Amino acid sequence: MMLIECPNCGPRNETEFAYGGQAHVAYPEDPNALNDKEWSRYLFYRENPKGIFAERWVHSGGCRKWFNALRDTATYEFKAVYRAGEPRPELNTQGGSR
Amino acid sequence: MADLLPEHPEFLWANPEPKKSYDVVIVGGGGHGLATAYYLAKNHGITNVAVLEKGWLAGGNMARNTTIIRSNYLWDESAGIYEKSLKLWEQLPEELDYDFLFSQRGVLNLAHTLGDVRESIRRVEANKFNGVDAEWLTPEQVKEVCPIINIGDDIRYPVMGATYQPRAGIAKHDHVAWAFARKANEMGVDIIQNCEVTGFLKDGEKVTGVKTTRGTIHAGKVALAGAGHSSVLAELAGFELPIQSHPLQALVSELFEPVHPTVVMSNHIHVYVSQAHKGELVMGAGIDTYNGYGQRGAFHVIEEQMAAAVELFPIFARAHVLRTWGGIVDTTMDASPIISKTPIQNLYVNCGWGTGGFKGTPGAGFTLAHTIANDEAHALNAPFSLERFETGHLIDEHGAAAVAH
Ligand SMILES: Cc1cc2nc3c(=O)[nH]c(=O)nc-3n(C[C@H](O)[C@H](O)[C@H](O)COP(=O)(O)OP(=O)(O)OC[C@H]3O[C@@H](n4cnc5c(N)ncnc54)[C@H](O)[C@@H]3O)c2cc1C
Ligand SMILES: [Zn+2]
Repeated sequence: MMLIECPNCGPRNETEFAYGGQAHVAYPEDPNALNDKEWSRYLFYRENPKGIFAERWVHSGGCRKWFNALRDTATYEFKAVYRAGEPRPELNTQGGSR
Repeated sequence: MADLLPEHPEFLWANPEPKKSYDVVIVGGGGHGLATAYYLAKNHGITNVAVLEKGWLAGGNMARNTTIIRSNYLWDESAGIYEKSLKLWEQLPEELDYDFLFSQRGVLNLAHTLGDVRESIRRVEANKFNGVDAEWLTPEQVKEVCPIINIGDDIRYPVMGATYQPRAGIAKHDHVAWAFARKANEMGVDIIQNCEVTGFLKDGEKVTGVKTTRGTIHAGKVALAGAGHSSVLAELAGFELPIQSHPLQALVSELFEPVHPTVVMSNHIHVYVSQAHKGELVMGAGIDTYNGYGQRGAFHVIEEQMAAAVELFPIFARAHVLRTWGGIVDTTMDASPIISKTPIQNLYVNCGWGTGGFKGTPGAGFTLAHTIANDEAHALNAPFSLERFETGHLIDEHGAAAVAH
C-alpha cells in the first residue's frame, strides 16, 4: 500500500485514489488535421518508462480532485506531487521536491 | 559437508559463452523466447540462434503465472491463434519428451451479472462457430463440475451461470520453459543467461546486432520477447509500442487434499483459482492499477481477491496464504497481443500478452518463428500486427481477457 500525498488533503492510503495514467497528454488542437499514425499515437500510445513517470491520480475517496505526480515506476517512490495545470517540476539529483 | 551432497543431476541445457554472431538473436528467456527458438530450429531449420536472458530462465512472468490454458476467446482472430496454441499444447508433452503436468481439467468462466450472462452466451456461440469446445452451464451444472462452489443467491455477486471449456487446463510453468530450453539446446540453440541487452546495433533502419552486459553480439535478425520490459527494449531500439506495464500478483495456500477439480475464473470479481498437482490452491488477482516494473503490488489487492474467493468457496476460509508474488504484465488497449514486424528492418516483436500469455506460449513461438524465418507474418498472427492501432482493426478481447487469464 502506497502512501500518496494529495496536494489538497495530505498523505492518504493508496486505496483512496484512482489512477489516471500518463499526465500532460493534451487533446489534439485540430483532430481533423491528424493522419492515422498521429491519431493512433494520441489514442493508443502512452509513455511507459522504467523510472520517473509523470502521471495522473484522483483522490476519489477525499477531495475528488485530480492532480499529477512524478513517481519512479521501478521503486514506486513518489518524487513530487503537483496540482493539475501546473508544469512538471524539475527534480534535483537528490530526487526530492514538492 | 560437500562430499555428502549428491551429484548434480544432468543439466538440461549447456551454458556457453556467447558467440560473436548468430543468425537470430532472441531477447528474453521466458516461455515465449524459448518457444520461438524451439520452433525456429524445428520448423525452419534455423539453429544458429541465441536466447539472451538478463536473469535466469523463466525468472520473469513465465514462472510467476497461474498457468491457466484455454482458447475460448471471442473474435475469429483470437480463436485462431489461441486454439492453435491449445492444439500445440496437446502434442507438446510427447514432442518435447517431457511430462510438465499438462492437465486438461476444464475451465469455468463465471457470470455474475445479466451483462456477463449475455456476453458469455455470445462467446460460447462464437467459440462453437470457430471449432472451440464451449458450453453454457446453469448454476446447478456449474456446481456439478465444481462441487465446492457456492451458488447461493445471497452473496454479493451470485453465480448466474458459466461458460465451460473442457479442453482447457493447467501445466507446470517452469517445467514448460525447461522442456523448450532442453529441446532447443539439443537442436543447437545457445541459451545465455545473465546477459542483459543494453542497446542495439543498427545500420540505417536495419538492426545488425545487440549490445549486452556480456559484450556485443552481431545478428542477422533480432526478436524481442521481453514481456513486461518490451517498452524499454523498443525504446533502446528506437521505436514505440502501445504497451503499459503493470504489476500483477498471485498467491498460493499451503498444500491440501484434492478439493478443486477444475479451474474457476471470474472477471467480475477478479479472482481465478485452481489446485496444483502438489495440492496448493493457486489464485491470481487483478492488476495493480498503476504502471510498475517492481514485480510487486499492494496487499489490499490480495485482500480483495481473498474476500471474493472465500465468498465463492466457503471452505477456503480455513486456508492460509503461504506466499504472494508479482510479475510485470505488458498490456495493450485491446487486450490482444502484438506479434509483428517493426518499423526497423530485421527486428521483430512479440509482446502485449498482458495477463494471459502463458497459454499463448506455443502459439507465440510458432508464429513469431514463422515471422522471423519468412520476414512475413503467418496467417495466424497477421491480424496481431502493430499496424492495427493505425488501421483501427483492433481485436477487442476485454470480455474474454479483461483482468483474467
Ligand atoms: C501473476 C501472474 C499470473 C498470470 N496468470 C496467467 C495465466 O493463468 N494464464 C496465462 O495464460 N497467462 C498468465 N499470465 C501471463 C503470462 O505469464 C505472460 O503473458 C507470459 O509469461 C509472457 O511471456 P514470457 O513467458 O516470455 O514472459 P517472461 O517470462 O516475463 O519473459 C520475458 C523475459 O525477458 C527478459 N528480459 C527483459 N528485458 C531484457 C533485456 N534487456 N535483456 C535480456 N532479457 C530481458 C526478462 O528477464 C524475462 O525473463 C500471468 C502473469 C502473471 C504475472
Ligand atoms: Zn485530496
